[in-house]
Amino acid sequence: MDILETVFVRNSLLVAFAVVGATLWISYLIADRLTHGRIHGSAIAITLGLVAAYFGGRYTGGSNGVADFAYLGGVGLMGGGMMRDFAIVATAFGVKIGELKKAGLAGVISIFAGVIVSFIVGALVALAYGYSDPVEITTIGAGAVTYIVGPVTGSALGASSEIIALSVAAGLVKSILVMILTPVIARFIGLNNPQSAMVFGGLMGTTSGVAAGLAATDPKLVPYGAMTATFYTGIGCLLGPSILFFIVRAVV
Amino acid sequence: MVVYGVALLSACLIVGMLIGEALGVLLNVEANVGGVGIAMLFLVIASNSSRFKSLVEGASGRGIEFWSAMYIPIVVAMAARQNVVAAFEGGVLAIVAGVAAVIVSFALVPLISKLGTKSSAENNEVDA
Repeated sequence: MDILETVFVRNSLLVAFAVVGATLWISYLIADRLTHGRIHGSAIAITLGLVAAYFGGRYTGGSNGVADFAYLGGVGLMGGGMMRDFAIVATAFGVKIGELKKAGLAGVISIFAGVIVSFIVGALVALAYGYSDPVEITTIGAGAVTYIVGPVTGSALGASSEIIALSVAAGLVKSILVMILTPVIARFIGLNNPQSAMVFGGLMGTTSGVAAGLAATDPKLVPYGAMTATFYTGIGCLLGPSILFFIVRAVV
Repeated sequence: MVVYGVALLSACLIVGMLIGEALGVLLNVEANVGGVGIAMLFLVIASNSSRFKSLVEGASGRGIEFWSAMYIPIVVAMAARQNVVAAFEGGVLAIVAGVAAVIVSFALVPLISKLGTKSSAENNEVDA
């Protein structure tokens, strides 16, 4: 046991590469044999990852999914912000400048529309559930923007930790849904070219959701969606505790 | 050399992140504003310009392509470390807010895509 633990923990990143590789292999096998390629292998792998994260969190009580198991700590590093951003930027290799310019204006509009619409939806749900304090409504609305905008807004406005936790949960639900639903819904919303991918990234905004959702839809679209999505959280953090809060305070 | 491409990629991300952080400070926001997006723009510019040819072609290019290909495995690892339990335990309000935000945003994709150039709108219809 000791030997196993020593080797696995010391080489955690390599364990993660092996485990993730095996997961992808199984997922592509399932996609091929059981769904005849109708569901993309990476969509199955991402879903398996989320399911594993659920059981990891249940079992360990931690907040990092399977990465809280000592043996799988490397998954935390491999799937952490640094590696994610590094790989996302790498996907921009080979992108044509012309494609970016084509969706330029629509891309910018989508970022603002995405932040504001998600915020309004979240705030309305908070109202429907009987919240009447503008700080609480704003924090929950900001959580529906992303799980980063929620706590940033909440702590800027001095919301209670329960409300902040609620806003993080709303953002997590959004992110996970985008991961799972994007490949299913892509054909119905015309998500099949670089321009609509940029608009999609700007509207959804959750970098992890967009990154995983597009990967499972068509990996060629990833750089376009990711490019706009990465501006979304910043814009959300900018608007949440300021303009959007003032509007909520004026209306409520 | 493979490492030249990896170094270019790293440099793009670090400079992009620095600009994103600086924008955050300027705008008085506790977040990195578009750092990754700016880094991607740098890489796009570098890979489309002749000045950086030696850093993006041949072996150097393969160094970048490797990390681009590692993207999906990294995303799977990212999914496996999400706080899925917290998302479930947030209760009905969190789930309703998340679901509603996603549905409305999905519905807006075709609408705002049409705001793009006419040619892209036509592509949409042909491909659909």
